[in-house]
Amino acid sequence: MPTDGVNKKRRRFLVAATSAVGAVGAGFAAVPFIKSWKPSARAQAVGAPVQVALHGLKPGQIMKVQWRGQTIGVLRRTQETIDLLPEVDVDLRDPQSLESDQPPFAQNEARALKDEFLVVNMHCTHLGCVPQLLPQVGPQPFEENWKGGFFCPCHKSKFDMAGRVYKGVPAPANLKIPPYSFLDDQTLVIGVSPEGAV
Amino acid sequence: MAKPASNIAKSSNALMNWVDQRLPVTAFWNATMTGYYAPKNFNFWYYMGSLALMVLVIQIFSGIFLTMHYKPSATEAFASVEYIMRDVEWGWLIRYLHSTGASFFFILVYLHMFRSFLYGSHRAPRELVWIFGMLIYLALMAEAFMGYVLPWGQMSYWGAQVIINLFGAIPSIGEPLTEWIRGDYFISDATLNRFFALHVIALPLAILGLVLMHLVALRENGSNNPDGIEIKANKDENGIPRDGIPFHPYYTIKDIFGVAMFLLVFAFVIFFWPEAGGLFLEHDNFVPANPLVTPEHIKPVWYFTPYYAILKAVPDKLMGVILMFAAVGILFFLPWLDRSPVKSIRYKGLWYKIMLALFAIAFVRLGMLGMSEGTPAQTVEMRVWTFVYFGFFVLLYFLSPGASTKPLPERVTH
Repeated sequence: MPTDGVNKKRRRFLVAATSAVGAVGAGFAAVPFIKSWKPSARAQAVGAPVQVALHGLKPGQIMKVQWRGQTIGVLRRTQETIDLLPEVDVDLRDPQSLESDQPPFAQNEARALKDEFLVVNMHCTHLGCVPQLLPQVGPQPFEENWKGGFFCPCHKSKFDMAGRVYKGVPAPANLKIPPYSFLDDQTLVIGVSPEGAV
Repeated sequence: MAKPASNIAKSSNALMNWVDQRLPVTAFWNATMTGYYAPKNFNFWYYMGSLALMVLVIQIFSGIFLTMHYKPSATEAFASVEYIMRDVEWGWLIRYLHSTGASFFFILVYLHMFRSFLYGSHRAPRELVWIFGMLIYLALMAEAFMGYVLPWGQMSYWGAQVIINLFGAIPSIGEPLTEWIRGDYFISDATLNRFFALHVIALPLAILGLVLMHLVALRENGSNNPDGIEIKANKDENGIPRDGIPFHPYYTIKDIFGVAMFLLVFAFVIFFWPEAGGLFLEHDNFVPANPLVTPEHIKPVWYFTPYYAILKAVPDKLMGVILMFAAVGILFFLPWLDRSPVKSIRYKGLWYKIMLALFAIAFVRLGMLGMSEGTPAQTVEMRVWTFVYFGFFVLLYFLSPGASTKPLPERVTH
């Protein structure tokens, strides 16, 4: 094929323009496929608030419920437990919960609306395992000065009785506190802040 | 009686000619088999590639039959696997072929990769062979991880929880990314269903394509050999490497012997030790997935534990994840990290032998520690071996250009 008289500049422009338009088209075509991986309308609808009756929960006991597929722990703390909380502050990474995830009402020493009830997302902020509650005060294999708390079997992260993370463990932040409120003295609602539903 | 026989030969020749004019079967056979000259000094380490290819075929074949009975749904998955094991005729064999095959695939791949460390098979001009091999390794890890989720046992569930949450460590996009991967706010039916799709069609297609590229890139320059010298540098008057022998029949026969030996071991494990004492199929995975109860001791299957140990060794989430991915990522650069004038360990001197031995010990020890409970003493040991693992690559880069080498032979040795 004779190639003299070919306008190379024009040919390059046409190749570039065709490629660019093709790439934009491919980009748009990818959107539905990428978006199809997001939580579906059904999955979103299932995430409704959960009501929890508290009358059976004795001091020192923990109850686990599911909300949006997450394990939420409801721990009824004794007065001694609450009094011990400030003693571990020096060993904690974020004692004031400044860099942790909780509703504004829980950004306090006890990380709770009412000090007596700790309502906490039980999934470790490291990789999502569910830590065990080890409430006994006294030396443990993993901590000399143990004042009770949560211990993650997966990667040895430690949290105190308010879900606050210890220093020197893989978990980067305190356990999350979900939005919750009290319908009355005996009924807890997870998923609704005192200000309203989320 | 001679006449009919020659007639058959004649007509089969005619048929072959007819086909060859339309599809280059004979030309392809000659180019890749009888006319392809491979170094004559291959040893034990050169069995792994063909065996890995065979295991890939076993996995695809047994996998197709498993999908005929398996149900990719959170409510039915666990029971359908037990159904395969108990009620489907020979279902236990097909399932154990597949689950044991996965572990053997990794054994072969790790030995195959170690061969490269020994003889420098990744060095120029075979860098792309190595890169495609690494991509196969990555795809294989994704394939194995998603396959392990499918039985929907406790370890499936919590393993998926931990692995998907690794991506949550990425600043700012981490949380939405994990939600996108899961397709829900937690590991759920949606996650299982998409992992099934990826495991049975998307990743196998990718792996087959990558294997093809791996082989095409290999054939372009031909195999390396234990001496790490180029056989094409010394050709006879017909242009055939003096140290080469035709792949067929010489290496096809050798590989068939390897296949027989391999299948002997493989069959023994499938029949008498299919779970390998919790190593190939963990005990916790015989308990149905329960989002409310975390198993006491979560660990991945053995072939991931070296990297898992590196993750556990670092007391910081983001740094741990970065270091773990770096441990895999650094392997991609191996062809350029080794700057020694010789390829094979045979001519590299003692320094490399010691370093490679330490590296191999580090990999194995990390694998063992990755399965452990993780006492403080073990954490210290994990850190030491993590240091050795990365130290190998750093030292290799700096020591390899200057270190003294032994003289290379003219021809391959025996």
